Amino acid sequence: MALLAGHGCGSGSVDIGSADAGSGKISGRVTVFAAASLTEPFGRIGEAFEAAHPGTDVVFNFAGSTTLAQQLNEGAPADVFASADPIPMRRVADAGVNAVDPTTFARNRLVIAVPAGNPQGVTRLSDLAASGVTVALCVEQVPCGRAAAQALASAGVELAPATLERDVKAVLAKLELGEVDAALVYRSDVRSSARVAGVEFPESAGAINEYPISVLAKAPNPRAAAAFVAHVLSGAGMSVLADAGFEAP
Amino acid sequence: MTVAAAHEIKTGHSSPARKRRDLTVRRRTPLVTLLPALIGLAYLVLPLAGLVIRAPWATLPERLVAPEVLMALWLSVQTATIATIACLFLGVPLAWLLARSSFRGRQLVRALVTVPMVLPPVVGGVALLLVFGRRGIVGSWLDSAFRITLPFSTAAVVMAQVFVALPFLVIAVEGTLRGADTRYEEAASSLGASRWTTFRRVTLPLIAPGVAAGAVLSWARALGEFGATITFAGNFPGRTQTMPVAVYLALETDVDAAIVLSLVLLVVAVGILASLRERWLSSGATA
Repeated sequence: MALLAGHGCGSGSVDIGSADAGSGKISGRVTVFAAASLTEPFGRIGEAFEAAHPGTDVVFNFAGSTTLAQQLNEGAPADVFASADPIPMRRVADAGVNAVDPTTFARNRLVIAVPAGNPQGVTRLSDLAASGVTVALCVEQVPCGRAAAQALASAGVELAPATLERDVKAVLAKLELGEVDAALVYRSDVRSSARVAGVEFPESAGAINEYPISVLAKAPNPRAAAAFVAHVLSGAGMSVLADAGFEAP
Repeated sequence: MTVAAAHEIKTGHSSPARKRRDLTVRRRTPLVTLLPALIGLAYLVLPLAGLVIRAPWATLPERLVAPEVLMALWLSVQTATIATIACLFLGVPLAWLLARSSFRGRQLVRALVTVPMVLPPVVGGVALLLVFGRRGIVGSWLDSAFRITLPFSTAAVVMAQVFVALPFLVIAVEGTLRGADTRYEEAASSLGASRWTTFRRVTLPLIAPGVAAGAVLSWARALGEFGATITFAGNFPGRTQTMPVAVYLALETDVDAAIVLSLVLLVVAVGILASLRERWLSSGATA
């Protein structure tokens, strides 16, 4: 964790700090569409941002990145989009409704999430294929499901999941409720929940998600949006993300 | 007043039938109510029209027979039908209890029965998880005693559907029971029929139309169930992915697929309305 934090502070802030530096007072509402996995760190970053810029009000819409891209393409008004992998961001760009200029701000890797104490003694990906182990995954259309499919394929493990959930927080909820024995979620999700523990596995290296963030061209509040993105990419933002289990870009 | 007077003069010499028709034609709707009424109508119809307009008509036939669509449709039809049968077995006796017996707290029971109608379905799903989930009050016992786990199974889909659809059947059947003439039942029992025979041979045939209408409503509600299903039964193609869940997930990647699935559900809904037209579309047709 200390190592991750050190990484986070080093990079990131260099190229962006200048974009916001010296600009006048910003105010008003900033609407941020962010991947469900960003719920905790972005919540904290939003509070810090509001404290640093009195008169601003950060409003979040957390959901699966693909759902958010869909909502943006249908005209949902937003200032900032932070996606859990580049595909939804590209989909927003391709739809032509809203231009984006994405910067990668974090990386996240999958872990095997198990109930605290790991009662089934899961140590490897292949343990999930054992009979009697109920597993929840993200549906393959969303980034966490795509990463899970990649990791499982590279490990040569075939799973029979009990359910394919619409976003990573829904997967985590099923584990926290005790309805499944294990789940593939991001390392940051495990960090955010006291009731689950994470088991790292080597195949996750082949399925690391890169998180892009961008101000949207049709942002109702472009200056505040740029300031928010700059805040995420600043040293302070990076250390919050590192604390939450994200890796530096 | 002057309008009414002019009306009387104009229609004074018409035949009674003619007179009635004229009256309905000439009863003017004030503009104040007409405008909101038209906006209201447009608000209800436009989204449905949008679905039809944006549908990918060119690729519609092949999309309709896509394996995942057929799988979701078939699962929905199966589960909704099983749920309706379960509703009939549980709901008709419950409606009878509410309509024909008097006991303390009957009003409370009726209120409890209708709660799922106004409760957000996703709350129902959470509640079902807390009771029938692996750690739930009943679920943990089922798990340890019989090795039965309900969440993420097709049975869980049916349970979620019964939870939301049962009130519709109970309310429909109870209303019919209250409207039915109890003298037939009294006559039957005075002629020596047992209570069960009376119920089976007299009451049930008497209320059959109401039961049928309630069953159709329940089936429609079960078919459209989403919130409780995705919460309690999750999502897995062929096992728990019903049509509404498929619509929701298709939106993530393929809007056209979502529209096609929605169109199918719209056609089913219109079909249901058509089947119930006697009861619901002609207002006040039955006394």
